[in-house]
Amino acid sequence: MSVNAESAVIRKTALNSAHRQLGARMVDFNGWDMPVEYPANASRPTGGLIAEHMAVRSSAGLFDVSHMGDIRLHGPQALAAVQQMTLNDASRLAIGQAQYSALLYPTGTFVDDVIVHRLGHDDFLLVINAGTREKDVTWVQNSAAPFDCVVEDLSDRYTQIAIQGPSAWRVLQKLTSADLSQVKFYWFTHGTVCGLPDTLIARTGYTAEDGFEIYIPSDEPTSQRVWSELLAAGAEFGILPCGLGARNTLRLEGALSLYGHEISDTITPWEARLDRFVKMEKPAFAGRDALAAQQERGPERILVGLEAIERGIPRDGYPVTAPSGETVGYVTSGSPAPFLKKNIALAYVPITHSGEGTVLGVEVRGQIVKCRVVPTPFYKRPRPARSAQ
Amino acid sequence: MAYPPDYKYTKEHEWLAIEGTTGTIGITDYAQNSLGDIVFVELPKVGAELTAGKTFGTVESVKAVSDLYAPVSGTVTEVNADLATSPEKVNSDPHSSWMVKITLASPAELDALLSVADYEKFIAEEQ
Repeated sequence: MSVNAESAVIRKTALNSAHRQLGARMVDFNGWDMPVEYPANASRPTGGLIAEHMAVRSSAGLFDVSHMGDIRLHGPQALAAVQQMTLNDASRLAIGQAQYSALLYPTGTFVDDVIVHRLGHDDFLLVINAGTREKDVTWVQNSAAPFDCVVEDLSDRYTQIAIQGPSAWRVLQKLTSADLSQVKFYWFTHGTVCGLPDTLIARTGYTAEDGFEIYIPSDEPTSQRVWSELLAAGAEFGILPCGLGARNTLRLEGALSLYGHEISDTITPWEARLDRFVKMEKPAFAGRDALAAQQERGPERILVGLEAIERGIPRDGYPVTAPSGETVGYVTSGSPAPFLKKNIALAYVPITHSGEGTVLGVEVRGQIVKCRVVPTPFYKRPRPARSAQ
Repeated sequence: MAYPPDYKYTKEHEWLAIEGTTGTIGITDYAQNSLGDIVFVELPKVGAELTAGKTFGTVESVKAVSDLYAPVSGTVTEVNADLATSPEKVNSDPHSSWMVKITLASPAELDALLSVADYEKFIAEEQ
């Protein structure tokens, strides 16, 4: 509840004053002063985490995600460099296409997860997490050093805004010349947005919903103008500004990984159940040998979805217990799920306890709350309307 | 939101309303606003003994867990069962959405609590 006055080095996005004007509750997130939620007030009668979450599920929400980092690799061997440092197969990307991927240490554990965008034949944009920005930039620079390509940290050059929800395309279409119906999920285009030419518009997000992320110049007047124009364009759809609180509950319902929680420098993609992104058949990449070894013997623990079947809320870090009472794992992310109206969690448990329907316990402040292992994602969006894609 | 002038307050953001030897306990508007959307309230049973300054339950929002501290000592005579099914009432009407009623053990403890003026000054400094 107290203000973090001692954090002199806290960073702000170009939209910081816009958030404060909207009455956002701000928190220190990995060294960034970010909105956690925008409570309802006299000028905006709907607000707060649950309302923001529901706005994204039912219509549209607007997120400032400028704390995310952006690294561009270009040059004759850019593809080879990206292939060497990521686990997905970037050679399969068409120009204008993006993919979920990750950077691994030689141990097969995560440096970070990333979205790789293929801007050109030998031109890639990696979007990385805020909390791992410096580490990632150094890692990418070192990994790319043997290759004939240029690495540029563009993180401070862009304000990144996410427009998410089934009505997101309608909101953004009002402000852009690009034909958004031609942009499929995990593809991108360039077009004029709010008068800004050649803006990168990607159909990506972190909410388990349809939506877009746009990358605009990071100067304050431009950033704040675009933010305001998006809110105004979305007013007829009931758009709400959304904070990191809703961002977290939305991605948790979709069982999307968060660095430092489901993935980290001690966790492998097999354990995190990200198998479908790991392309063992492509040419060698960092971490591949360790992954091959673990694949052969099989991981000992694995990420599962849990749903509480008793009163109580599993939360990050809480121990997971077997019926015997023995602690067998831990919750990586746990929360009430506003759309599903259940208490859900992701947790690492031994393979022997990971079968669907298995009843485990989560220790909630000294009391065991029974939970059932359930399939993930907890939430899957309805098939998009034909007109939307 | 105005703070009722006849209530007593704590620095942990509980309020206490006194009627004879009965005390009614809830959390303040400042507390509910800091917590955000409240989804779960865990309260003691009738007959439980509360000790001034000690925790007697928890209130959970989507994001956070927060302990409830007893403003004064006493025995629980009534629990607001409504909050089990409608915890969001603490957000919408914090100064009426009481949590427990107690029989005061030691009325002298009331002297340690904050008046509305003191509490308003205290939260102004917190912000």
